[in-house]
Amino acid sequence: MSVVTEYALSALLLIGGFFTLVGAIGLVRLPDFYTRLHAPTKATTLGVGAIMLASVGYFSSTGAGPGASEILITVFLLLTAPVSANIIAKAAMHLDEKPVAGTKGNPWEQ
Amino acid sequence: MSTRLGFPQPFLSVILFCVWQLLGDGVSGASIIVGLVLAWLLPQLTRGFWPERPATRKLWLMPVYVLRVLVDIVMASISVARLVLNPRQPEPAFINYPVTLENPLAITILASTVSLTPGTVSADISDDYQVLLIHALDTQDPDQVIADIRRRYEAPLLEMFK
Repeated sequence: MSVVTEYALSALLLIGGFFTLVGAIGLVRLPDFYTRLHAPTKATTLGVGAIMLASVGYFSSTGAGPGASEILITVFLLLTAPVSANIIAKAAMHLDEKPVAGTKGNPWEQ
Repeated sequence: MSTRLGFPQPFLSVILFCVWQLLGDGVSGASIIVGLVLAWLLPQLTRGFWPERPATRKLWLMPVYVLRVLVDIVMASISVARLVLNPRQPEPAFINYPVTLENPLAITILASTVSLTPGTVSADISDDYQVLLIHALDTQDPDQVIADIRRRYEAPLLEMFK
């Protein structure tokens, strides 16, 4: 593996780690259930995406060929994350979870 | 009879077949046979969930749309990261988004896109598919969010689906 690819892959891993960490921090720091819902659906999208790219790049450069399964993992993650976020939000409204004071607009009656 | 035995969702069948080939360790005779069986069986089993064929046109615009969404995910992730690390409290909002799309699949794609692009999560859809409830993480102006979604995502989807 050349030095350039090594640095590029390290950079991708660091970016992925950073956004995953930001997602975790958001989970702790954001004020109510609905805002906390944003952190895992979002930060993981980019975080996991970058880590998967690094994995694809690593196995391509070692000669094993690009792993199609990593790309599939990313695709399935992108397909399922919005659905689960939607169901969690619906469940929260069903349980009458109150949004933080200052939220504009209202959740719907379920 | 032909609909009982045929491929009710040819597009879905092709995707299932390709995904099955990618999941295994390379293409082999066995994986092709299993892929063909799955490509036939799964659309048959799930046909009840697809009351009508998705009516599409200009589907070649889809890669452009996917690319735009990917770029938006990167750009907006950065702004959410900035918000999370900023000591200022966010200003969340529930937004009622009036949907002009009519195709159920197109509305699903729109709702998923809204959830994937950071800053917004689609929370619910009204029973008549007219209004999408969106939770925005941080916005001063809900009307601006509606205008952005309509321009960036719903307009291209309207072109792709009847």
